[in-house]
Parts: sequence; structure tokens; C-alpha cells
Amino acid sequence: MRLLRRQHIPLLATVGMLIVLFSVASALYPGFASLRVVANLFSDNAFLGIVAVGMTFVILSGGIDLSVGAVLAFTTILIASLVGAGWHPLLAISVALVLGSGFGAAMGWLIHRFILPPFLVTLAGMFFARGMAFLVQAQSAVVSHPFYDALGDLRLQIGPKAYLPITALLFLLVVLVGIVIARRSRFGRAVYAIGGAEASALMMGLPVGRTKVRVYALSGFCASLGGVAATLYMGSGNPAMGSGLELDAIAAVVIGGTLLTGGVGSVFGTLAGVLIFGTIQSALVFDGRLNSWWLRIVIASLLLAFILLQKALARSASAHP
Amino acid sequence: MKTDSAWKAISTWFGGGSIIWTLLGLALLLLVDAVWVKDFFTLEWRDGHLYGTPVDILHQGSKVMLLALGMTLVIATGGVDLSVGSLMAVAGAIAAWALTAGGMSAASALPLALLVTTLIGSLSGLLVAVLGVQPIVATLVVMVAGRGIAMLVTGGQILTLQDPTLRFIGGGYFLGLPFTVTLVVALLALTLFLTRRTAFGLFIEATGDNETASRFCGVPVRLVKVLVYAFSGFCAALAGIVATGNIHAADSARVGEMMELDAIFAVVVGGTALTGGRFHLLGSLLGALLIQTLTTTMYNLGVPPTVAPVPKAVVIVLVCLLQSPVFQARLRTWKKAKTPEVTA
Repeated sequence: MRLLRRQHIPLLATVGMLIVLFSVASALYPGFASLRVVANLFSDNAFLGIVAVGMTFVILSGGIDLSVGAVLAFTTILIASLVGAGWHPLLAISVALVLGSGFGAAMGWLIHRFILPPFLVTLAGMFFARGMAFLVQAQSAVVSHPFYDALGDLRLQIGPKAYLPITALLFLLVVLVGIVIARRSRFGRAVYAIGGAEASALMMGLPVGRTKVRVYALSGFCASLGGVAATLYMGSGNPAMGSGLELDAIAAVVIGGTLLTGGVGSVFGTLAGVLIFGTIQSALVFDGRLNSWWLRIVIASLLLAFILLQKALARSASAHP
Repeated sequence: MKTDSAWKAISTWFGGGSIIWTLLGLALLLLVDAVWVKDFFTLEWRDGHLYGTPVDILHQGSKVMLLALGMTLVIATGGVDLSVGSLMAVAGAIAAWALTAGGMSAASALPLALLVTTLIGSLSGLLVAVLGVQPIVATLVVMVAGRGIAMLVTGGQILTLQDPTLRFIGGGYFLGLPFTVTLVVALLALTLFLTRRTAFGLFIEATGDNETASRFCGVPVRLVKVLVYAFSGFCAALAGIVATGNIHAADSARVGEMMELDAIFAVVVGGTALTGGRFHLLGSLLGALLIQTLTTTMYNLGVPPTVAPVPKAVVIVLVCLLQSPVFQARLRTWKKAKTPEVTA
């Protein structure tokens, strides 16, 4: 029972941090504590959140994926140019999702088959996807199709003047599916096992290689789904989009209580991490005096604080087994 | 016989073999340039300076070469430094701030920038060595924070500068070549001296090879780690000052963007394994030259700069595969399986 509680400390700290941050911001800025701000937290950070859910699985398995920002950009510009060429949006989206997942699977195969360091392979993947994005189309392009506009206008009213647009709904759906996969599927269990101790997972007869390939495929899928959300949010595709997104996603995952060494963490924590990220960003916008580069410094400090908390917990756990 | 042993001495001095592939790659690229790019090797002596594409490659590649020297030592200890690009921006921002708002002369502004940036760099070393944070994470924190600090120092603006010393460092000529070439040679000499004439190099290799064993042998593992990250910060500061002098402005948002990746790439292509324990300083410089030649070649062939990362990515994966023991083993078994068929 004690061990269970100790494992939950990072997650509790994250949720506590989110509540404290939101309360402080509500006290400081009039109008912050409204349903509309909450709804915007979900819609403004939808594509970051979707990408972060995929990243959670990669980090849980003990890896890292630096290519997500570039894959997202590639997806947005691919959809924009395919729709521009007269394709039906649904077909364009399907092609983009298949390409994103396939690209992730290829990276996972290289990492597993040739025992290459994940950060180097996904770094190369980032260069590759970014370059390919510019090869598809060098300028940003508007996605204009009646079906796409109708899709972008879909929204759920949750209160007076507060709407959850389709991007936010997509984000919540991905989080729910992510939680189910992590906690209720064989694949999820294998991911946790590999991240905890790969050699043991192998000896237990878990399909280590297949799971690793699937983890990167899932992250590639989430990155391109994030790209779909981004086109719906912006109404356009841009090959330069999402640079630095991989770092924001990693930060959200770590702040959400997932250990970077793998094996410990949760998709729900990542949701909280993304919302913390969004709350700080909204608070900076509400304030208006502080510049946006404070976000970087605050995020870095939070990241450091959470890593140190995890270190302290790991140390106390090994001191009292 | 004598030349043989001399060659051996030289190659151990630089870290032994395996730069042959880097040299081959570079030679192959230069061959492509010689055939397809017009006037690639044309050098011209004008106004006491040497002009031409190869000189340009040396000048443009100098920033990555400076970063690669520091990165080599970090990777040799089994770590990696993702913060160098941000630290370049920090150094540029501090130098620009000290010269304009601070009213300092270059003689005090540049050492200040070098010192502060080196201290910030050693911060990731402290995180890694004392608190046991993984290198990727520790330097990621410094990378994210560093960019914010640089923006804070310049107030989010691009500070333009007209300081003659800074301009000379970034774009001046010395002995007929860009001054940056002298800077790289000087830093290489310093690094070689530190690692091959003192015990520091041995300590780095020992730490990267087997940290626990080194600690039991009395190697000051923690100190070594802090020092390599500090040195990497120092190299990043130099590169940042060069970049700032080059464009006569401190652009905190863009200076050094993605440079950390080029630096890691240069080190890996140069034959230093990411697992640590061995390093090739000269190989890293050749790796940096290889990237710059690749970039310049693609520009000359009319490939848009934004698409240029694609071939770079392919080269990274190929080099990684060539270095992977699994791939080498498969290649060997494939050859063995193939040979009997040919003879039969």
C-alpha cells in the first residue's frame, strides 16, 4: 500500500500543481476562472496534447521521439496540398495518417533491429520529415473544401459562450483511448514491462521487438493526427510548423509524472501536464506585461523541479525497499 | 618503418583510425563538386584575402567545428549536450547587451559573455554529475531555459551592433584566411593539449568507458563530467560570438537554432561512438566540414535550403548503420553466405 502511494506522488504533485496554478491565475486575473478559458485550454493545446499522448507511450517504453514536430508539419502541408489538388479531405487524412504511422514504424524498426540509439534515429527522422514537408510545398497553403470547413465548424456547447471545438474533442478522445490502451491492453502492459526492464520483458516472453516498432508507429500516428487537428485549428498547412513541439511534448509528459527512464507514468498525467503548460501560457497572455519567453523559463524550471522530485522519490524508494 | 611508427604516433595523438570513412565521404563529395559544380575549386587572391568556395566552406563550417570540439568530449564521457545552440544565443545576447546597454568595451564584454555562458553550461554538468540526471534531460532543461534567458537579455529584440572587434571575429581576415579558421585551429590546439598532454583526456575516456570502475580507480568522475560540459559551454560561447559578429546582430530567437544537431552529427560522422570511451577530435572537425560541404554542394546544385535536411538525415542513418555492430555482423554473414555461391 505504501509503495502504491509513493508511485502516485508525482501524479498527485502534477494535479496539485495544476489546481494551484489555475487558482493563482484566477485570483490574479479577473475573468480567468471561466468555462471559456477552460474550453480554450483544450482547444489551443489540442495538437500538442495529441502528440504528447503518443510521446507518453514512447517514453514509457524507455525511448524518445524527436521527429513528432516535423511529422506534424509534414502532415499539415500534405493534407493542404492533396486537398488543393482535388482529393477528398477524408482520403487525404487517411493517406497522411498511414504515412505518419508507417514512418514511425520504420524508425522503430531501425531502432530495434540494429540497436541504434532512439534519439539519433528520430533526430534523423526529424530532419527527413522536415525536409520532405518543404519538398511537398515550400509555402503555407490554405485548406479549402466545403467538407473541411463543415468539419472545422463542428463544436459542442458546454456552457454560455463556451464551446469545445472538434480539435478539443479529438484531443479528449485520444486521451481516453490512450488511457484504455495503456491500462487495459496487452500492448500497454508490454510497453510498461519493456520500459521497466527490457531484459526481463524479453525473458518473460513478451514480444519486445514488435512492441517497440508499434510504439514508434503509435507516436507517428499521433503526430500526424496532431497535424490533422492543426489543419482544422488553423485552416491551413505549413511546412515550418511545429518546430520545438517535440520539446514541449516531452516537457508535458515529464511534468505529467512519467519517468524518462521508462516504465512508470500515465496518459492521464500527460493530460494534466499539457493543461499545466496551457495554463501558464494563458496566464502570460492574460497578464500582457510578461513576455512569452518567460514561458520557456517557467517550463524549464518546472521540468527541473519534477525531475528532481522523481530523483528524490527513486532514491527514497531504493533506500527503503 | 620509421614513417610507419610516426604515422601511428600521429593517429594515436588524434585518437586512432576510423576517420578513413569520413575522409572518403568528404572526398566523394568533393568529387561530385569537381564534376558538377562550376568553378568549385577556383581560388582567387584579392585585396590580400583568399576567396573561393572552399574558403567559404571553412568559414561557414567554423561554428559547427567549434561546437563539435566541445561536443566530442561530452560524448566521449557517454553524455550528449543539447544546449549548445541555445548557449550560442545566450553568449551573443550577453555580448550585445554588454556592448550596447552595458556600455562596455569589447575587451570586457566578450570575456563576460564567455564566462557567463561557460557557467550556464557547467550547470548541466552539475545536474548530470551531482544529481545523476540523464544527460539528454539535463541539457534539454538548459536548452529550453537558455533560449528564454537569451530572449530576456535582448528584450526579445534583434540588437544590431557595429563593434569592430566583434565584426573582426565574425567576418574578419587573418593571414589571408577568415579569422574563424584561426579560431578553430587555436581551439583544436588547446583541446589537443588538454586531452593529450594532460591526464584529462585519459580521465574522459575512462569515465566514458566504465564509470564505476573509474571511480574505484580514483578518477574524479564527477569533476570530469562538470568540466566537459563547462568546456562545451565555452565552445558554444565562442561559436555564438562568431555567429553574432557574422551578422552584426544578436538574434536570440534564431542564432544557433538546430546547431546542436549539426554538432552531434559532426561528432558521430567523425567516428566518435555515442556510447563513449573513445574520441576523435580531428574526425569531428572533418565531420563538421563534411556537413558544410554537403550543405554548400546542395545549394550549388540548386536544392532549396529547406529541403537540404533530407540528404543529411540519410547520411546520419547510413553512418549509424555502418557503426552498428548488429549491422556489421549481418553484413559479414551475408558475405559468407554469398561467397560459396560465387565460387560454385
